[in-house]
Amino acid sequence: MNPSLPFFVLATLSVFSALMVVLSRKPVHSVLYLIFCFFTIGGHYLLLNAQFLFAVHIIVYAGAIMVLFLFTLMFINMNKELEPHKSNLLKGAATIAAGCLLLVLVAATKGAETLPAISKTSDIGTVSNLGKALYGQYLLPFELISILLLTAMVGAVMLGKKDVE
Amino acid sequence: MNSILQVIPLNYYVALAAILFSIGVMGVMFRRNAIIVFMCIELMLNAVNMLLTAFSTYHGDASGQVMVFFIMAVAAAEVAVGLAILVMIYNNIRTVDINELNKLKW
Repeated sequence: MNPSLPFFVLATLSVFSALMVVLSRKPVHSVLYLIFCFFTIGGHYLLLNAQFLFAVHIIVYAGAIMVLFLFTLMFINMNKELEPHKSNLLKGAATIAAGCLLLVLVAATKGAETLPAISKTSDIGTVSNLGKALYGQYLLPFELISILLLTAMVGAVMLGKKDVE
Repeated sequence: MNSILQVIPLNYYVALAAILFSIGVMGVMFRRNAIIVFMCIELMLNAVNMLLTAFSTYHGDASGQVMVFFIMAVAAAEVAVGLAILVMIYNNIRTVDINELNKLKW
């Protein structure tokens, strides 16, 4: 078997599902395609030997964020096409602009020298190695993140209350 | 699993992340439903996360993956507050069409 096959399969699936997120007309279909896209990106993490990030990605994105999206979508009951069609001119302009951005991004990295492929096993993505970095060098940002999450939680609760005096 | 890293050059991951990011930008530009716009922003964040992870693995440096972890935490906070704001907007004006939200335009 060609050893690069899993990468190309996953990449094709990611790009296809990302396109369907943008192009599908019903919001619920978009959310489901986005969940699928996140799972394929999780597959890329596995291919890159980042097991810890794979677990966190699945738990945080597929488990929490997308459930929040689905819940909001059901809550404001939008499973119908309330979105009027935009003019084709605008769609074409958006596609061309995004294509230009892609062209610039790819062209900017075209001539760059690439890193040599690694030969020895890379195990920096394991829980123990990342834990050492996270609780050693990055201890302060790690603690600050908890304050940020607390603030976001309080803010979301305050916004969600019926009428705030 | 490790043989993948020997046959896939880093350029492929750069190209894939660029494609995903551009798709996200396209969605932000031509969808009008604010929730879909939000989801496209998540897509762009994920493209960047994947690229950071790829660079981190190819360099053999764990800092990149720690940054990805922080980006995920910030994205979670952003989604919680953003969706609360969207629900408030819907409660007030009964739509999440971003073309209706033009009071601050001029």
